[in-house]
Amino acid sequence: MKARVHVMLKNGVLDPQGEAVRHALGSLGFDGVEGVRQGKVIDLDLAEGTSEDAVKEMCEKLLANTVIESYQIEMQV
Amino acid sequence: MRAGVIVFPGSNCDRDLAEGFKAAGADVTMVWHKDTALPSGLDIVGIPGGFSFGDYLRCGAIAAQSPISKAVVDFAEKGGHVLGICNGFQVLCETGLLPGVLMRNAGLRFVCRQERLEVATENSAFTGRYKLDEEITIPIAHHDGNFSADADLVAQLEAEDRVAFRYLDNPNGSAGDIAGILSENRRVLGLMPHPERAVSDAQGNSDGMRVFTSLTEALVAA
Repeated sequence: MKARVHVMLKNGVLDPQGEAVRHALGSLGFDGVEGVRQGKVIDLDLAEGTSEDAVKEMCEKLLANTVIESYQIEMQV
Repeated sequence: MRAGVIVFPGSNCDRDLAEGFKAAGADVTMVWHKDTALPSGLDIVGIPGGFSFGDYLRCGAIAAQSPISKAVVDFAEKGGHVLGICNGFQVLCETGLLPGVLMRNAGLRFVCRQERLEVATENSAFTGRYKLDEEITIPIAHHDGNFSADADLVAQLEAEDRVAFRYLDNPNGSAGDIAGILSENRRVLGLMPHPERAVSDAQGNSDGMRVFTSLTEALVAA
């Protein structure tokens, strides 16, 4: 089984890399990009029967820094 | 004074940090990250700069989960002194021993230069030999040194006199111009500038030496 974890900066946390991407899009002529936020996608290959709670614990302990980041878990059976 | 310097894969200031401690008269033991216990009788643990685990995931995140890091957290929680420099500061934030987070520099560039700092407190084992508000110059070299904390935390750090060093020309966007902070018990210091790169005239600058001599004085007397 697999799980996909999305890690994003929390709302309100400044994302200088996202801002740089937004500027680059603007200079390529893509008007109307009002904001860019950059995050991470982490795919986990898991032993059968691994619980979502276990993945949540992985997020809390390592995959996200919950001071500045939020995460979402998609369990894929 | 007995100092232990932690070595992670990717640490690159570990020997410089050891030399800094030695120059102040300390006995230094290098400690590999896979060790599960610190050598007994240490007065201080140093966590060096570098790029532990290639800065993968987040700077310091994987090092903070190394076996030795649990021992360092125990040591600090029992009142031991810990000095984290640059990547070491990032590791300390990731372990939760220090609050806040070090994010990508606001200008997105790696910044490597001599940096003017202000000593923001004399009241710690790390800064006793400096004068309050004294201006010193210490090298910085980092990509992720933007100390980020909400306004409440910055106000709390200021109110509790826990800002140790402040930038005079903020190079990375750090909140409150903060370059280094102390833990609540004032025994854990994390800072982005590299005092160990400024401990002898041969390095062109010895403004960082007093971090180490302050420690020797405070911890030998203790």
